[in-house]
Amino acid sequence: MNKTVNQKAWWLVTPVLVLVAFNAFIPLMTVVNYSLQETFGNNEFFWEGVTWFEQVLKSERFHASFLRQLLFTGMILVIEVPLGICVALTMPRKGPWVSVCLILMALPLLIPWNVVGAMWNIFALPDIGLLGYTLNSMGFDYNFTQQPVSAWMTTVVMDVWHWTSLVVLLCYAGLCSIPDDYYQAARIDGASPWAVFRYIQLPKLKRVLTIAILLRFMDSFMIYTEPFVLTGGGPGNTTTFLSIDLVKIALGQFDLGPAAAMSLIYFLIVLLICWAFYTIMMRNEEQ
Amino acid sequence: MVRLPKWFIPTLYIVFLMLPIYGLLSMSFKTTNEILGGFSFFPQEFTLENYVKIFTDPTWYNGYINSLIYVVINTVISISVALPAAYAFSRYKFLGDKHLFFWLLTNRMAPPAVFALPFFQLYSAINLFDTHIAVALAHCLFNIPLAVWILEGFMSGIPKELDETAYLDGYSFWRFFLRIFVPTIAAGIGVAAFFCFMYSWVELLLAKTLTSVDAKPIAATMTRTASTSGYELGLLAAAGSLTLIPGAFVIYFVRNYIAKGFALGRV
Repeated sequence: MNKTVNQKAWWLVTPVLVLVAFNAFIPLMTVVNYSLQETFGNNEFFWEGVTWFEQVLKSERFHASFLRQLLFTGMILVIEVPLGICVALTMPRKGPWVSVCLILMALPLLIPWNVVGAMWNIFALPDIGLLGYTLNSMGFDYNFTQQPVSAWMTTVVMDVWHWTSLVVLLCYAGLCSIPDDYYQAARIDGASPWAVFRYIQLPKLKRVLTIAILLRFMDSFMIYTEPFVLTGGGPGNTTTFLSIDLVKIALGQFDLGPAAAMSLIYFLIVLLICWAFYTIMMRNEEQ
Repeated sequence: MVRLPKWFIPTLYIVFLMLPIYGLLSMSFKTTNEILGGFSFFPQEFTLENYVKIFTDPTWYNGYINSLIYVVINTVISISVALPAAYAFSRYKFLGDKHLFFWLLTNRMAPPAVFALPFFQLYSAINLFDTHIAVALAHCLFNIPLAVWILEGFMSGIPKELDETAYLDGYSFWRFFLRIFVPTIAAGIGVAAFFCFMYSWVELLLAKTLTSVDAKPIAATMTRTASTSGYELGLLAAAGSLTLIPGAFVIYFVRNYIAKGFALGRV
């Protein structure tokens, strides 16, 4: 759409700008403030420069939780995206079952995050929970509060349970926008189901998939509440992701300087990756 | 090879989704003794005790009321400021528009854990700590950008001729906007409101940091019960089951727009 140049449009944007800036700038500057200074309470601050940043970037603890975070985000993307596409492809397009599917699938998205954690905690309890009991009675040695592998599996499956529906709904919306003529043409040409997917459906899904991957990347990279309630970051530190580690340092140990420096590094990483994504997405759109 | 019928995968997926929810529901109808006694698929001694406790104890049911209050305030604020802004982004070019749009989106990318402590200090400083409005305003951080993004998508789908005709007919900007434009994109507003409701309803970290007693959300009440008064699993499960209701209610109303809304109106 061709847009008219109109500088007065700023007035329409002002309320949003004021509200978001109030919530974003002031806290962000507080964080910047803390990251450059040392405090011993009493509101006395001492200039520290970039010491905290160096300390965080060199600390093994940060490296470890960063690697865990990357691994986690990578794993859930690898599982959720293909699974989401698969479910979206096989979902009914017409009839009463569409509503039923949509409502049931969207349900996990609207559960408060700590309830998701608590629900999976209950579900996976080794002796009492449905999952834990079933796995143990099938002969698997499963205890997510003690074994790192079980804890990881439970966390990943929980995230898949929680968020795959987002990918499904996005892909479903994308698939619904393909006109029937395309499929008819493919049928006349005698195209195989794989060819239909590869040359008709996948190209149409490219846009929604970018949004899906972007959203899933951002949210999984910031994940805090669900694993915190489920495992508390344990056993040991094995499921301590970046946000959990950050809250531990900031509110647990009250090391404000290092926590603030870590916050900024963390935010910059998310921003950088999202910016790269966003640029690619916009470039594709222009073509 | 046996060909699986087409409904097989969605059905399997839905069963997978429903299992933990079933676990939660069935546990909420059990007595504490039965829960700790071992696993059972169906509640043996069916009881409503857990629910009765929640509906008679003000610290419990106030949690639900608090959550709903700030979620509704947040949705109203987000949508009402996002509407004009989205209109500006979809219709006009102005200095710095693209940068502003991306900057808005970056706030959606800020990890709440980064902002928890500064938010606490900010809202304490302006004497809003432990009020509903504080949580509602804090949630604007990620809900306004999202609302702007979704609404902008829907608005760009409306031809510009609509605006031009109205202006030619002598409508002023606000009269056109409120009388004609807003009703035209009602579906988009519904979807945006759904998302604001959803993200405000499920968020806990900020809501918990900004409240202590008067505006404490239900989610925070649950966490405290779990840690202080032993592990009352039945009560916890009942409280959790009740948090599913507002979500299910909202989904039911927007079910026809849901798929479109998830594509942010831009497919």
